[in-house]
Amino acid sequence: MSDWVLIIYCGIITYLTRFSMIAILKKEMFNNRVREVLSYVPSAIFPAIIFPAIFLDDLGVFQFEDNPKILAAAIAMIIGILSRNIIATIISGLASYWFLIFVV
Amino acid sequence: MNSNFKIFLKGIIDVSPLMIPVVPFGLIYGILAIDIGFSPLATMGMSLIVFGGASQIILLQLFSGGASSLVIISSVGAVNSRHLLYGAVISEHVSDLKLIWKIIVSYFLIDQAFATSNEYFKKSKEKNKHFHLIGGGFTCWVVWQTTTFLGIILGAAIPEKLGLSFAVPLTFLAILVNDFRKLINLIVIIVSGLVATLGFNYIPYKAYVIVAAFTGLFVAMVLTKMIKNYE
Repeated sequence: MSDWVLIIYCGIITYLTRFSMIAILKKEMFNNRVREVLSYVPSAIFPAIIFPAIFLDDLGVFQFEDNPKILAAAIAMIIGILSRNIIATIISGLASYWFLIFVV
Repeated sequence: MNSNFKIFLKGIIDVSPLMIPVVPFGLIYGILAIDIGFSPLATMGMSLIVFGGASQIILLQLFSGGASSLVIISSVGAVNSRHLLYGAVISEHVSDLKLIWKIIVSYFLIDQAFATSNEYFKKSKEKNKHFHLIGGGFTCWVVWQTTTFLGIILGAAIPEKLGLSFAVPLTFLAILVNDFRKLINLIVIIVSGLVATLGFNYIPYKAYVIVAAFTGLFVAMVLTKMIKNYE
């Protein structure tokens, strides 16, 4: 399969995951209970991306020692909880990560 | 100023903090794609056609690891299946729109735009609130295409050590800052994170993302039900 064919297939499947629910679901299918459970979607999805990216290396091996990502993420999280501010969270996370890999 | 444009601008402003980590992410994607052997045109084309950071990086990783096209396509599908949930959440707010708007909104239904516009949708009573998501998505689109382009051009001039692999989890962490304070959210976060981390090596085709998400949602469903019964 050529690069372009592969890219186009991946583009189509990506687009379909974005479009299908919007196309299928109707307003009438929503009630307060459905809304309540769906309000947890961000909390249910984002950790599935965060945790492996922080705790595992590229090969999927658990990295606990000598892993600056854990400390930097912890600092960002604490700053985030205290400040409730997205920019502060991101900047403190990147700053502490760079400090840990370049200075320490 | 017309109200659609105002909402579009608000979408741009609301999403902009989340664009900081997209910059290194886009750069590394561009560098990596060229490094693996994609032509500059195909590298740019992928950002335009797929327009999804996680999917594009996974495509590259699997491609360079020699995975078959079928494995690559199904992995991209599995990682992207989270959009099904975004679509489900957003659909209520866009269900009255014309089909053409649904088609446009879908192209821009990316993590960052979803996260910020979902908050906005919950509060806003405006009729044309979908412009908020288009504003956020468009902002990310511009940043993503620009940084892909810069990554292709600058290539190896950018030190790989810059910690770009940390930019992605950090974005999502920032999105969740307000949820860490709420008990049920916190439990859901921990459950989903653990399932994903433990399942990473055992759930095929990168489907750990959606398996973890559904486990988390199931926990949320049970806990909210329990609280209701208790009350």
